[in-house]
Amino acid sequence: MTRELTCINCPMGCELTVEVEGDKVISVSGNTCKRGEIYAHSEISAPTRTVTTTVISSEGRPVPVKTAQPIPKDMIFECTAAIKSAEVHLPVKVGQIIIEDLLGTGAQVTATKTIK
Amino acid sequence: MYDVIIIGGGVTGCAAAAELAKYQLDVCLVEKESDVCEGTSKANSAIVHAGFDAEPDTLKAKLNVRGNAMIAELSDKLDFAFKNNGAMVLCFEEERLTDLKNLREKGEKNGVAGLEILSGDEARAREPRLSKEVKYALYAPTSGIVCPFEMTLAFAENAYANGVEFRLSTEVTAIEKNSEGWKVTTDKGEILGRYIFNCAGVYADKIAEMANAGDFRIIPRKGEYMLMDKDAGETVSHTIFQLPTKMGKGVLVTPTVHGNLLVGPTAEDIDDKENTSTTAGGFAEIRAKSALSVEGLPFGKVITGFTGLRAVGDTNDFIINEGAEGFFNAAGIESPGLTSAPAIAEMLREMLSKKTDLTPKTDHIDTREGVVHFAELSREEQNALIAKDPTYGNIVCRCETITEGEIRDAINRPLGAVTLDGVKRRTRAGMGRCQAGFCSPKTILLLAEKLGCGIGGVRKTGREEVQKDA
Amino acid sequence: MREFDLVIVGGGPAGMAAAISARENGLENIVILERDSELGGILNQCIHNGFGLHTFKEELTGPEYAERYAEKVIAMGIPYETDTMVLNISKDRVVTLLSKGRGVEDIRAKSVILAMGCRERPRGALNIPGYRPQGVYTAGTAQKLVNCEGYLPGKEVVILGSGDIGLIMARRMTLEGAHVAAVAELMPYSSGLKRNIVQCLDDYGIPLLLSHTVVDIKGKEKLEGVVIAQVDEKKAPIAGTEQFYPCDTLLLSCGLIPENELSKNCGVDIDPRTNGPLVDEGLETSIDGVFACGNVLHVHDLVDFVSEESARAGASAADFVKRGGTADSTEPVKVIPQNGVRYTVPSKIHTAELTGDVHIRFRVTGVFKDCSIVVKAGENELLRRKSRILVPSEMQDIIIRQDKLADVSEDICVEIEEV
Repeated sequence: MTRELTCINCPMGCELTVEVEGDKVISVSGNTCKRGEIYAHSEISAPTRTVTTTVISSEGRPVPVKTAQPIPKDMIFECTAAIKSAEVHLPVKVGQIIIEDLLGTGAQVTATKTIK
Repeated sequence: MYDVIIIGGGVTGCAAAAELAKYQLDVCLVEKESDVCEGTSKANSAIVHAGFDAEPDTLKAKLNVRGNAMIAELSDKLDFAFKNNGAMVLCFEEERLTDLKNLREKGEKNGVAGLEILSGDEARAREPRLSKEVKYALYAPTSGIVCPFEMTLAFAENAYANGVEFRLSTEVTAIEKNSEGWKVTTDKGEILGRYIFNCAGVYADKIAEMANAGDFRIIPRKGEYMLMDKDAGETVSHTIFQLPTKMGKGVLVTPTVHGNLLVGPTAEDIDDKENTSTTAGGFAEIRAKSALSVEGLPFGKVITGFTGLRAVGDTNDFIINEGAEGFFNAAGIESPGLTSAPAIAEMLREMLSKKTDLTPKTDHIDTREGVVHFAELSREEQNALIAKDPTYGNIVCRCETITEGEIRDAINRPLGAVTLDGVKRRTRAGMGRCQAGFCSPKTILLLAEKLGCGIGGVRKTGREEVQKDA
Repeated sequence: MREFDLVIVGGGPAGMAAAISARENGLENIVILERDSELGGILNQCIHNGFGLHTFKEELTGPEYAERYAEKVIAMGIPYETDTMVLNISKDRVVTLLSKGRGVEDIRAKSVILAMGCRERPRGALNIPGYRPQGVYTAGTAQKLVNCEGYLPGKEVVILGSGDIGLIMARRMTLEGAHVAAVAELMPYSSGLKRNIVQCLDDYGIPLLLSHTVVDIKGKEKLEGVVIAQVDEKKAPIAGTEQFYPCDTLLLSCGLIPENELSKNCGVDIDPRTNGPLVDEGLETSIDGVFACGNVLHVHDLVDFVSEESARAGASAADFVKRGGTADSTEPVKVIPQNGVRYTVPSKIHTAELTGDVHIRFRVTGVFKDCSIVVKAGENELLRRKSRILVPSEMQDIIIRQDKLADVSEDICVEIEEV
């Protein structure tokens, strides 16, 4: 079976044509770099996403954060909820780890802005 | 118990309040919205009419001309923007020259000075952007433009400073005569007063009905407008009217006192007294009709559109009378209502003086200072202001160059703003080309701070009192 | 009066990159004037990722990208003044600023870089009929409220405009707990990056209604809903296709406008196609010593292009100051966009005085598949580059080598050739 995907790795947004059998990828075409091929594989078998959101610090200030590694796509909402309930106190430094392992995914959640 | 209860906080009610505040009277103004100037007073052409349009010997004619004569001095004393820019009424057909002459004659009968008929070329010489279609124009040098929000607020703040009580977010639900005067029932309790002034705009008929003080009807006549950016503001310098054409009643093209260009209004009688929506048809009509006066108007520079409801009385004139013993109507105040407001207030006071003694206050304050316009100050004045109050050194509204100090003043002063639109009307923050896109988050925070509520409790506009815990 | 070699108006990505480059090219006496209370500009509220792939070979969020530049500005000791608004720039480069600390002050600049960014097109300029209730926001204002104030404006959302800001906010509002009922787009194609359609709409099952627009806004004080209708090829609503969408929030993502009021008041010539200043290959405007870069020059999609462009402006300003004035003694050749190219930056090139290769950035007028970008001067082809697809929402960047441009004396045409 053929699936059409748009690679989301970078703003090029290459249109990928992926031949699949069940959940196994047979071939990938349309990509202009290796990351596109990797994306096709993961998107078919185990799609992942990076989550960016804000956590409100104890002082009431929104602190922007991200998952430093992508998490399973089907866990976006629970991951977001877990991130938002994390406790954060100012000051924070960019890159500071807010959550070491997000819901067992192995992904770190880090602050993306230094706030004094 | 109050001497006078004024129902309605538009320009008519506020002007009346300011007038009564000169005398030793206990006055209370009741307004259903959370601020003054929330009805027609905030959505109109902002013209100070010369007075040639009204039929002679009507109240409209008399009060227009009287109001026109009062406004320059009032604008100075009470600190609101006014400019005597003159007007032209355009005639596009040779046969209609008689109509123009009739207008001039009417105006002269009404006491309007300086009316002059110009040829199309003379008109174009004074106003180069006028279209070639213009055959003649009636020139009216005493016509002007004003800021209707500043004017209404000026009357209100001056009235307040002189002791008038304002009850906002208070809606009148019933009015009953009693032995001493009147009992006004509102959604916030009862108010007792000896006399009532009905200045309730599009709802004046409902109010009169409650008191059995008049069986006139007020028909809301919708008028849609389009407002253009200040860099279109010098397209014309006069207020440009049109004689009615085959397309119907004309629209005007006018600079505003703040330098924008205003085009409109349409005219549609409706039933719904709350329908202030704009329509695609309205926009199209404005574009089509305005093209007769000025070709190539830059509609790409429109920054907003809005709608006002004229309170049209079914008697073809202002309805200013004692509708019942001690109950005075000031109803049907459509155009030239804004211009006439201070004169209407005088007339109401006159009528009241026949019922009860009016003793002037010896400590009456006859001036009022509005929120300072930082951008209009000299460099020295600006720096002196910042030295006294550093919040004037922080720009919040980039498009109109409005400082944090001005917004704080607008919120903190008596009868201060409680909504974003209230801040907008007092300072112009949010009226610029980005239409509050940049400044509104900051203004919201300033309001939240003052009102003691969270961001969620701050409203753009609205009737209810502020929810402090939202 | 304080005097500077270079005054940069705006401390966002454009201003910071320009400042760093100017310093690297030898200018000491620089100041960045920033109206917000911190450097970073619009990136401070763009908490999503997608920034920096070209510049840092990493995918960063907006604040992270901004911080990389801000750290460098600070490390290099480049002075900057925050909470400072520039009120006016005169033709002879006297800059009037306003801040709590300095009051209203004039400063003299040997050179000025305009880096003020852009603003959003408001509802009023779109002439959307209906009421004017609370609940109608431009997408960027809503983004500021959500990401910087922690305030969610509503729970039932409709978005008009499928530009990147609208798409990003569709996802953002959803992740904050709101329900986004639809994104309506006037054109028959989206103006956002394809990756954003996937990550922001497809992932959440948010429908994209192409060739649709909002024709009515209901609710007098608080938004109650909008009416969405399909439009025809002339972009006029088709009667009978109206559908009511109940909502308490309408986000508008209908275009960005370069913020050039200061530039206009200064007398800088503006390109009506971009609403930004007309500039030459060094990004100098029509006024000597005044340069422009970033979104104020033309609205960008990738901040990486902004940084590169702004570095060029910084270098040009440094050259200008070191030379003691403009070098442009020869007539430039015009760069003319045609056949599918809507505009180019620069709009003129001093081919006889080049100091390096020239980037030409442009946008196309429509969707072009399997085509070639062709740059010629008269009959002489300077560049031909094949492309699988070109869309208006993606700015193109081509580099013309200095040696190819050096002898050109005819106007340069940039166009699209379809196969």
